[in-house]
Amino acid sequence: MNQFSDRRYVFATAIILVALVFIIRLFHIQVVDKSYEQYALSNAQSVRVIYPARGLIHDRTGKIIVYNKAAYDIMVTPRLLEPFDTTEMCRLLDITREDAKERLRAARSYSYRVPSVFIKQVSYENAALLQEKLFQFPGFYVQTRTLREYTSPVASHALGYVGEVDQSVLDSDPYYQLGDYIGVSGIEKAYESYLRGQKGKNIFLKDVHNQTIESYQGGRLDVQVKVGNNLTTTLDMELQEYGEKLMSPYVGSIVALEPATGEVLSLVSAPGYSPDLLVGRSLSSAFRVLVADTLNPLFNRALMAQYPPGSTFKTIMALIGLQEKVISVKTEHSCFYGFYVGNIHTACHLHDTPLNLIEAIQNSCNTYFINVLKSTLQDVKFPNTAESYDNWRRHLLSMGFTQPLGIELTNELDGNVPESSYYNRIYGENHWNYLTIRSLAIGQGELLITPIQMANMTATIANRGYYITPHLVRDIEGEDQIDEAYLERNYTTIDTSNYRPIVKGMDLVVNGGAGSTARNARIPEIRVCGKTGTAENPHGNDHSIFIAFAPKEDPKIAIAVYVENQGFGTTYAAPIASLMIEKYLTREVKRTWYENWVMQLLQPVVPERKKDTTANGTEE
Amino acid sequence: MVQRNSIFANLDLISILLWLVMMVFGWMNIYSANIMEADGGIFDLSQRFGKQLIWIGASIVLAMLLLVLDVKFYIYFSYFLYLILLGVLLGVLIFGKEINGAKSWFVIGRFQLQPSEFAKPITALALANLLTSYNYNLRRFWHLVQAGAIILAPPMLIILQPDLGSVLIYSAFILVLFREGFSANVMMMLATLGLLFFTTLLLDKDLILLILVMVSLIMYMFVARSFKKGVINALWIAGIFGLLYGINYLLQTEFSLFMLGLATLVPVSLVIAVKGFRMREYVQLQVLAGLIISVAFIISVDFAMNNVLKPHQQHRIYVTLGLEDDPQGVGYNVNQSKIAIGSGGFSGKGYLNGTQTKLHFVPEQSTDFIFCTVGEEWGFLGTTFVILLYAGFLLRMIFLAERQRSSFSRIFGYSFISIMLIHFMVNVGMTIGLLPVIGIPLPFFSYGGSSLWTFTMFLFIFLRLDASRLELLR
Repeated sequence: MNQFSDRRYVFATAIILVALVFIIRLFHIQVVDKSYEQYALSNAQSVRVIYPARGLIHDRTGKIIVYNKAAYDIMVTPRLLEPFDTTEMCRLLDITREDAKERLRAARSYSYRVPSVFIKQVSYENAALLQEKLFQFPGFYVQTRTLREYTSPVASHALGYVGEVDQSVLDSDPYYQLGDYIGVSGIEKAYESYLRGQKGKNIFLKDVHNQTIESYQGGRLDVQVKVGNNLTTTLDMELQEYGEKLMSPYVGSIVALEPATGEVLSLVSAPGYSPDLLVGRSLSSAFRVLVADTLNPLFNRALMAQYPPGSTFKTIMALIGLQEKVISVKTEHSCFYGFYVGNIHTACHLHDTPLNLIEAIQNSCNTYFINVLKSTLQDVKFPNTAESYDNWRRHLLSMGFTQPLGIELTNELDGNVPESSYYNRIYGENHWNYLTIRSLAIGQGELLITPIQMANMTATIANRGYYITPHLVRDIEGEDQIDEAYLERNYTTIDTSNYRPIVKGMDLVVNGGAGSTARNARIPEIRVCGKTGTAENPHGNDHSIFIAFAPKEDPKIAIAVYVENQGFGTTYAAPIASLMIEKYLTREVKRTWYENWVMQLLQPVVPERKKDTTANGTEE
Repeated sequence: MVQRNSIFANLDLISILLWLVMMVFGWMNIYSANIMEADGGIFDLSQRFGKQLIWIGASIVLAMLLLVLDVKFYIYFSYFLYLILLGVLLGVLIFGKEINGAKSWFVIGRFQLQPSEFAKPITALALANLLTSYNYNLRRFWHLVQAGAIILAPPMLIILQPDLGSVLIYSAFILVLFREGFSANVMMMLATLGLLFFTTLLLDKDLILLILVMVSLIMYMFVARSFKKGVINALWIAGIFGLLYGINYLLQTEFSLFMLGLATLVPVSLVIAVKGFRMREYVQLQVLAGLIISVAFIISVDFAMNNVLKPHQQHRIYVTLGLEDDPQGVGYNVNQSKIAIGSGGFSGKGYLNGTQTKLHFVPEQSTDFIFCTVGEEWGFLGTTFVILLYAGFLLRMIFLAERQRSSFSRIFGYSFISIMLIHFMVNVGMTIGLLPVIGIPLPFFSYGGSSLWTFTMFLFIFLRLDASRLELLR
């Protein structure tokens, strides 16, 4: 034995004490307190989940664009099953015996006691038939769910779609259960927390025959179902439909903004697809078809396609030049079919010479803007090219380039304006100058800008110096205002006064005399300001680009149009932009001949597609 | 006269009998809890009672094997087994299968094994070996660190799985150290910290800080034998706190009251510490040290509660402490379990006649909540029987442990007793709503092979040691 053997009594006492406490407690809950027996009797409770209707989505005029339709899931709880008339069941639901057997096996392997989906989304007729005879099939019940329905087969990229939750969501968010629906992309995803509402829960008491007798504890523990909040989008549905119609023969995109508010009036990515396709039971098969489509309709070109901006970028070259005071409105440069230094040559087209700044924008002179780049990068304020380049790039950052602007959709891409370190790496420090990167001056080279960034820049020019982050939702039911980020003005580093000559230049591009590059964008009685662009495309024909805003004073719409592989900006993009502006400002396009002409312009340069899955346009 | 060489003649039959009763009664209840879903007979291997029969059979074979091994094996191979164990625990982190969010299982065909269970008896062997090594003294700090390392290495690996329930069990080894002479004062201190732990969860941090400061001041007056000194210190603290509070208010820096309190204590503690060392007033320094340790402890508890424990674990603790009411959520298990047990009444609804457990109102009704089935079908008589069965078994184990002449055997025996006591206490305590829901099984009773085998290993290694008690002297 040892000196601590007395401590055995501590152990023995602890054991006896624990046993005593347990027995006293058990005596209390088993013998003294009778309420537990009552609880047990009433314990046969069942929980029924009530799914809320998802919030509706309106367009900016208040028209409903997304609503719900009822769908009926047949649920089964294997534990409650009793032998039933399989033939009758199969007849009611239009399924085969083998199918029914397989589905029951799947339900059993999921859970013996938790209800699972037997058949998803049966028709109203089938559900009603089964509902009547449900007493013959213990273990089955009909669960009402809602599916999305659309008033118009457009705007699928902005609206996004709703699908079943996946495992990663189930693991991270306890709100969702297997088989629940969730916004997978677009507005449906971004505003999921508002749209989904709150699932309700009714707890019933059941007797031994599994009949519902009353609600548990007088419904004290029930959770009220809360319908999802409605949203009002910034989209103008008529404009959206019209844009998708105009773009239907082409590949490309249109982004139209309201400059004063940053609201997205239309967001077109062509080819598109009908949002109806990605609903309910047909979702996965339709999705497979869309993924296989060689023209990639799921790719949201408006946010994700990155192109060089082409000549539209000259407006920005001019803005920065004026701000840095390296040029003035009066600065003139001569041009004879191009820019020549030694054996370096960049072509230009035939126009008057010399030109001042406004005329250079009007005529889109390459030589002039290479000279602007030269003045900017050789600015004596900076010790070397790299620093003046970085300063130039800082101005671009303030205009929202090289980063996602922050629209609600999460798939927006950055675009690209290289940092000076990039050129240092390629050419070596101090071994490059304006000549090396002269293609930037005319919007080519390494520059990459997305259509929405381009539209945002147009809105900035229209506002003469600031932009509001583009956004798709203008009102959330039950909220005082939308996200603060979509209300603030973001001022660029360029003074308002410097925007005026650029606006004047863009006015002349459309409304000027000889030398104006986009006279075909004119609209009678509306002063449109625009700029053409042609993005060189190493993979095929050039892309046609046009940016515009109108009216010149107090602009209501700023727009960027991209038409892929169709050559000059003025030929394709400018008429489309012009028609869109007319449609938005006058609500009616009087120039139907022009519309028809645009729709028939198509040259056979669009890549062949294997299968037509688009449901574009609302013809007739 | 007891024969020296026959193992079976020296076996303690009472323990074996109690062991069999626990397993058989446990199986009967597992059968009852699962009978609703069964198609085949009692050997239906797709059902839990069918599998449990296999586990029971296997554990009887295991018991035989453990008995025929030479007793020296357990002593000489204990470190070796311990190293293998650490390897396996590492292995399960890499190759194991994740079930219910914890990567703690090896899957072999239809059966699953949880190696963290087997860690307990092997850790006990290694600890017994360490504590009986030559010249070992628990009062020496370095020796205590060694014991701590042996005890803590397996739970460190298990917590990575993560399986917090299994980790908590290892605190039972403190009881073993206590039996072997670990300071009773330190045990008291640990108990105080335990109390502090629960108060931290129950009360506001600033309030506890205030209480701690007041208690320390009173103790200070007591040991310094001067009412005046205490009052002066109290005034200093109040003054500095007031000043800081004012500055905080004026500058609108929005530090919490707790932060201000801590900031106040820093200069006061420094002054007292410096004076204490100069004047050699060591008792007063102890009071200060106690205060500082307590404050550090509540800060770390607060941190652990909010940053280390998972939300569901926090919830369970809060629900048990009555801080949160949640009958459909976390409290659901406990609520349903109490209903099932309570509805059994004095004599129960009769075997196989329970409704609550069979209708699946009670979750995990054959593993962690098997005690509910006993309560519902056998009533107060049944539950009292089970409680007395376990208490009797544990007391028998104490008797066996105390009759060892070898410290190794006694230490191993007390490891078994401590771990089984904690299992029993936590498992039954949670089903009747006295303790938080921590997923650990009732030894020999709950469904599950790993747990059954673990405790069988514990029991039969101990019985093997006991059978040779006349040969083992150290």
